[in-house]
Amino acid sequence: MLKFIGRRLLQMAFLFVLFLTILFFLLQAQPGDISSQFVGNPEIPPEAKEILRERLGLNESLWGQYTTFIINFFKLDFGVSFTEYPREVSDILLSRLPRTVVLFLTATLLAYWMGFATGKLVAWRRNTKLEHVVTVTGIFLYTVFYPWFAIMMLWIFAANLGWFPVGKFITPSVWNNAPFEANQVFNRMIVVAVLFALFVGVVWYLTRRIGDLDRRKWLRRGIAAGGLVVVAFYWMGSDMRTYAADIAHHTVLPVVTLALVFFAQITLLTRSSMLETLREDYILTARAKGIPERVVRDRHAARNALLPVTTSFVLALAAVIGGGIVTESIFSWPGIGLALLNAVLVEDIPLAIGGLALIGLLSLVGHLIVDILYTFLDPRIRYS
Amino acid sequence: MADQPSNVDSPPSEQPESPDIGIVVEDIELTRGQIIRTRLKLAWRSFRKNWSLFAENKIGIVGLGIIAIFGLMAIAHPILMATVWSDKKDIYDPVIGTDAVIVEKVVVVEVTDPETQLTLQEAQLEGELFASPGDIVEIPLAPAPPSRDHLLGTDPLGRDILSQLMFGARAAFTLGIVAALVTTVLATLVGSVAAYHGGLVDTWLMRQADLILLMPLLPLLIVVAAFYQVGLIGLALILGILGGLGGTAIILKSQALAVKVKPFIDAARVAGGSSRHIILRHVVPNVLPLSFLYMMFEVTAAILTEATLSFFGLLDIEMSWGIMINTAHTQGYTLSGLGTWWLLLPAGLAVTFMGFAFFLVGRAADEVVNPRLRAR
Repeated sequence: MLKFIGRRLLQMAFLFVLFLTILFFLLQAQPGDISSQFVGNPEIPPEAKEILRERLGLNESLWGQYTTFIINFFKLDFGVSFTEYPREVSDILLSRLPRTVVLFLTATLLAYWMGFATGKLVAWRRNTKLEHVVTVTGIFLYTVFYPWFAIMMLWIFAANLGWFPVGKFITPSVWNNAPFEANQVFNRMIVVAVLFALFVGVVWYLTRRIGDLDRRKWLRRGIAAGGLVVVAFYWMGSDMRTYAADIAHHTVLPVVTLALVFFAQITLLTRSSMLETLREDYILTARAKGIPERVVRDRHAARNALLPVTTSFVLALAAVIGGGIVTESIFSWPGIGLALLNAVLVEDIPLAIGGLALIGLLSLVGHLIVDILYTFLDPRIRYS
Repeated sequence: MADQPSNVDSPPSEQPESPDIGIVVEDIELTRGQIIRTRLKLAWRSFRKNWSLFAENKIGIVGLGIIAIFGLMAIAHPILMATVWSDKKDIYDPVIGTDAVIVEKVVVVEVTDPETQLTLQEAQLEGELFASPGDIVEIPLAPAPPSRDHLLGTDPLGRDILSQLMFGARAAFTLGIVAALVTTVLATLVGSVAAYHGGLVDTWLMRQADLILLMPLLPLLIVVAAFYQVGLIGLALILGILGGLGGTAIILKSQALAVKVKPFIDAARVAGGSSRHIILRHVVPNVLPLSFLYMMFEVTAAILTEATLSFFGLLDIEMSWGIMINTAHTQGYTLSGLGTWWLLLPAGLAVTFMGFAFFLVGRAADEVVNPRLRAR
């Protein structure tokens, strides 16, 4: 297992260097190299230009520039942003990283969880009205033009119904004279959410051997609800509560919008994967043994249908990231994707390249996590 | 898929090798004519069989219908420009045409009905400097709601939405077809070569495909579009090449692997066929039906990607559905909703339905050509 993860990590590092190489040549091939961008920028004093040239290795040969470029990335030294001079690109990106990761992670988890449950159910009740409605809605959501869909969601739920704020991360009026930074509160929220998720995960793991499905379900739900109450009490007692509530209020709509499109995809995938599994002989065997239908569905069919759905995540990852950028842009969600877009529109090359590299790194890490998850899910890999 | 004789051999349009074997030429002409006729007949028969399989599935027909409507729109636009709209090109041109619908409004102190009234300040902003309360002023309106001259209204710059929509259909077809053709040709060749040769070639091509699959496509395209001038055809080529070397190649390779172990490949090899001959004449034709299927999905992907990049305003394109939404978005009509529905709804639905239609056709074609789902 450890050997497998180690090998994967090595592969990832190699792929990342390859990705950086592509970026480097993209940068080299663009009309006018990066140094001319410095010369043309009146915001930067001449001494600073010389230091920057030194730091980027622009006085060296092509090979020297290349090695400096790669090494700088591994030192998290992306250079200095042109537009927010003299702020470091890594500083801008790292302050935005949690927001992007939270958007991706919550949307993906929500979509997979809901999508798998729905797809499972729909495949089980084949040729009912429910199945047709879900399938057609799923195909519509799958092929919908996402930016337009996001605008519509924003219009319906924020502008029209007024349930959610129209974009942005915080409401400035609430944060006037606030004793905390937005990121401080947000990080606390992330820590609490991660602890809660760990707690739920442990409970799920400990109760996995309970045979009575009904009892297990209610036990799990009860403990999870208890955990939620504890979390709620924690926030009630904290002096960050108004600020946390404000951030949470802003988070809901972008996450739900991104999750909905994904949810459709996962539902469709689970449905077809499940339909294929249901044709297998072991399902017939399980039924012949007189096992309750629900057990056949959840333990025999759905468990095996999960594998192709997990594999699909690797393919879906690029789409989640693309969707994330669109979401950030439409909901003015200040994450890495929005930073990348704004940087590109004003030709802030260091910020754009840094953002792209970080997004590439994120997708590699996501891939790695899914790979490891897959080995746990598939006993044929786990035991070999 | 050996039950499709028209596909296993060369396509009927292709000329056989020159007949310099010393037989009477007339005879060969005759046989060649017969061969072509027989092949056409077989092709027609297999087409009819596949069509009936395809038509069994309603969703495929619905998809084809939607595509046909968009196709008519794309064809109708140049015709309309040459006939009905020919003397009003400055009004109906999708990019540079402009027409401000003139509305008469009454200048009042307190606005009670914004449809017919406006305040003095607003009137002065519109250029009526000497207006006073009670006057009737003529105000150019853009975006204007649907009227007889502009069936779908005009955009914030006074351009006709219907004309833009039809022009956008043409752009979408061009992009989708170019991207899908490049993808299909590349992926079929890459998949066949990788499967047939195996070994180092296979490893190289498949690792390359993995790398492309792993790359975050949209962010990369955003950066590329910002650094270089990327037009419609340029984008189609980029998407086509990335698609053809990426995921589609992997899928087609697995199909080519199944073809490679068929007896007729061995027969061709024993008969002395070169690997180029075997790949082009025997492997590729048998992979083609499946690659046709992935062509459909590639069209959907290409149209959605173009629209997204256009929506960000990053492409060097004059007019497309994405740019229509971008115009409404950047001019501040994002949240005006139903009040200006003609700005966001037609373009957004057009992109959605176009992607939807090709997806449906792909799903229906899947059941015809995919060996796993095929009804036998």
